[in-house]
Amino acid sequence: MTFVDNYPKATRVVKASFIVAFIALAIGGLFGTIQALHRTNIFRGFVSSVEYYTVLTGHGVLLALVFTTFFIVGLYQWGVSRSLDREPENMRFTWSWFWIMTIGTVLTTIAIVGGLVPGSSISAAVLYTFYPPLQGHPLFYIGAALLIIGSWMAGADWFRSYLVWRKDHPDDKIPLLTYMTLFTMLLWYICTIGVALEVVVLLIPWSLGFVTNIDPLLPRTLFWFFGHAVVYFWLLPAYFVWYTILPKLSGGRLFSDSLARVAFLLFLLLSTPIGYHHQYADPGISIGFKFWALVGTLIILLPSLMTAFTVISSMEHGARQRGGKGYFAWMGALPWNDPAFVGVALAGIMFAAGGFSGMINASLNINMLVHNTAWVPGHFHLTVGTATALTFMAITYWILPQLTGRTLKYKKLALAQPYTWFLGMTLMSNALHRAGLAGIPRRTAEPEYAGFAFEAPFGTIAEMKWQIAIGGVILFVSLVMFLAVIVRSWVGGERVPNPVDDYIPPPLSGSEHSPAILDNMKLWVGLAIILVLFAYTFPLAEMVMDGLFSPGAPPSPV
Amino acid sequence: MHIHRFEKIWIGLSLFLIAVCTGIVIYGFVALDLKVPGIADSGTIDPMNLAETEFAQPGVRKVGENEYEVYMVARQFLFLPGTGRPLTLPAGAEVTFHVTSPDVLHGIHVSGTNLNTMVIPGQVATFKTVFPEARTYGMICHEYCGPAHHTMEGLIEIVPPSEFDETTLLTSR
Ligand code: HEM
Ligand SMILES: [Cu+2]
Ligand SMILES: [Cu+2]
Repeated sequence: MTFVDNYPKATRVVKASFIVAFIALAIGGLFGTIQALHRTNIFRGFVSSVEYYTVLTGHGVLLALVFTTFFIVGLYQWGVSRSLDREPENMRFTWSWFWIMTIGTVLTTIAIVGGLVPGSSISAAVLYTFYPPLQGHPLFYIGAALLIIGSWMAGADWFRSYLVWRKDHPDDKIPLLTYMTLFTMLLWYICTIGVALEVVVLLIPWSLGFVTNIDPLLPRTLFWFFGHAVVYFWLLPAYFVWYTILPKLSGGRLFSDSLARVAFLLFLLLSTPIGYHHQYADPGISIGFKFWALVGTLIILLPSLMTAFTVISSMEHGARQRGGKGYFAWMGALPWNDPAFVGVALAGIMFAAGGFSGMINASLNINMLVHNTAWVPGHFHLTVGTATALTFMAITYWILPQLTGRTLKYKKLALAQPYTWFLGMTLMSNALHRAGLAGIPRRTAEPEYAGFAFEAPFGTIAEMKWQIAIGGVILFVSLVMFLAVIVRSWVGGERVPNPVDDYIPPPLSGSEHSPAILDNMKLWVGLAIILVLFAYTFPLAEMVMDGLFSPGAPPSPV
Repeated sequence: MHIHRFEKIWIGLSLFLIAVCTGIVIYGFVALDLKVPGIADSGTIDPMNLAETEFAQPGVRKVGENEYEVYMVARQFLFLPGTGRPLTLPAGAEVTFHVTSPDVLHGIHVSGTNLNTMVIPGQVATFKTVFPEARTYGMICHEYCGPAHHTMEGLIEIVPPSEFDETTLLTSR
């Protein structure tokens, strides 16, 4: 008996979400490799340098917004059904959020890919941040709005399951998997208010031509109201895996249930008010608010550092259960032959590296050295591009058998895949970081300039280019390996009653020791909203007071 | 709630790290004068009507003994001044940049330095600097601004004060 036997209805929607996620991953990954080859001038035959920006828009949207969101709703549906022991309350509602998200994705993708079709009047080379006055086709914005609305409904679905469960369990602590799901969604509700207002109130009317001019700073600020918290929307599902599943895969159990809860609620409190740190280099936002964002950003390191502690100590506990000894030698006792474990562990290691470059980004004035350089994609391919993406891929090796009732096939290929990703990302990311220090910008088709050459403080420009290009190709190979394993296992695995050991042992220090206040959602949401109001009311009021659409600049279609 | 002793130590160290990082930034601000753009004294301007602002005539003005102001317009896909003919300034002078855009978002990064700002229509990015030695700097647009974004570049030429040609300066204020 595994997940599919207990919750066949939930299984179907989880599988459907994973299918959309993996299609987005395949297309987005292909685009990424094209970028890596194009930017470095190793090969520019796939697209023109003008079309590069359409490809880059596709890469950002399909990976950072579509792949992540669909995988997350699948993973969380799995977690909620399993930990509350319930099918969704009403399958019509459940399928309706899935389809709204999917239709939104298709519309946005059409708007983007239209830019690659000769003679098409549809295009949206606005990048995944879609800063106006660059203007894409209205379908781009409408699709994005639907994707978000669908995700809101998914969250509502889980809250509904939780409330029904609560009636039968008035005194229980919220099961940890559900706790993490609900807190992530609370964060998501708060931060998406920004982007929803931006898209629905400002950008859709403007892209349809109801208003002509737009004030660029206001939508940009609303975007980043959403845009930092969204990184925690990507990361918390990875933490969900690291806290609840990784200890089990290591052969042990979670260290402390309550500290896991504390980490999640700290993210709920701190994620949104610090969005300004993406606007450190913006004129029109006072330095005082930037400072506040700096302090908040550094404080939010705390729950991540706490996570690092728990993850490592849970793994050590697991290794010792498996007979590991010594100060460091216990690491050898970990299950390095289990693809799910290896992928999640390597993702965690890369995240530590990403954390260091993130501290540089966070440091207000030091950030000016690297703002909008290749350093930045170097950084976030370690975080969302690996900590999140590799965790998602690896945990699929463990969850998919629970959804299909079939064993994993191509196990050796599956085991090699995370190592391959790690190798490709090491090459690409270190070189992107160093290219950024040399001043090479991100988001550009041709970082060569007629008037001057970049000087590399570490290494040489030529060697960096090759590392980026080769790393990008290796990553693509890794992606193909992943898809091969998944497709083969999905349709060709052997049907057995227990295709994977899916038992999750209780934590060493369980929820019975966790203070009830940690489960008080009203309290934490209230505090989170107060912090957001504190951070955003004044600057937003200042931008809105002189008129919603002014100082206005004319649209620039791309 | 039970917190393991090692975890308490770890949390303590984490808080220390956070304090150190904050300290480094403040030290940079106060002692090294490493600043970031903020709200311009002039407030917002109308990007559709730069002709009626200081930006009507982009260029360099002398405002003090060794002080200059640069009024620069960044637009699809050039810097005025900077693209085509380099922006020329004397070494060692205190230079204040004011930059804005009439069309879309741009960015300026003077390569190899921490002179880095967004350029946003309606806003004026202001920053001060001193270029200590005579040399040429490359300047690029670092925010995607449209199909030819990757061609948007300029040069800043720093010359010895004795060679600085004051006839290139704008006179009006
Ligand atoms: C095959 C693997 C991948 C390769 C080769 C790749 C390559 C690249 C490159 C070279 C860039 C920089 C382009 C530029 O700034 O001009 C980039 C940007 C980006 N990548 Fe990836 N990437 C991969 C996977 C991922 C994954 C898994 C994610 C997230 C889940 C991701 C998210 C992003 C985002 C958000 C951007 C920024 C887009 C923008 O600036 O608008 N990438 N990628
Ligand atoms: Cu952020
Ligand atoms: Cu540009």
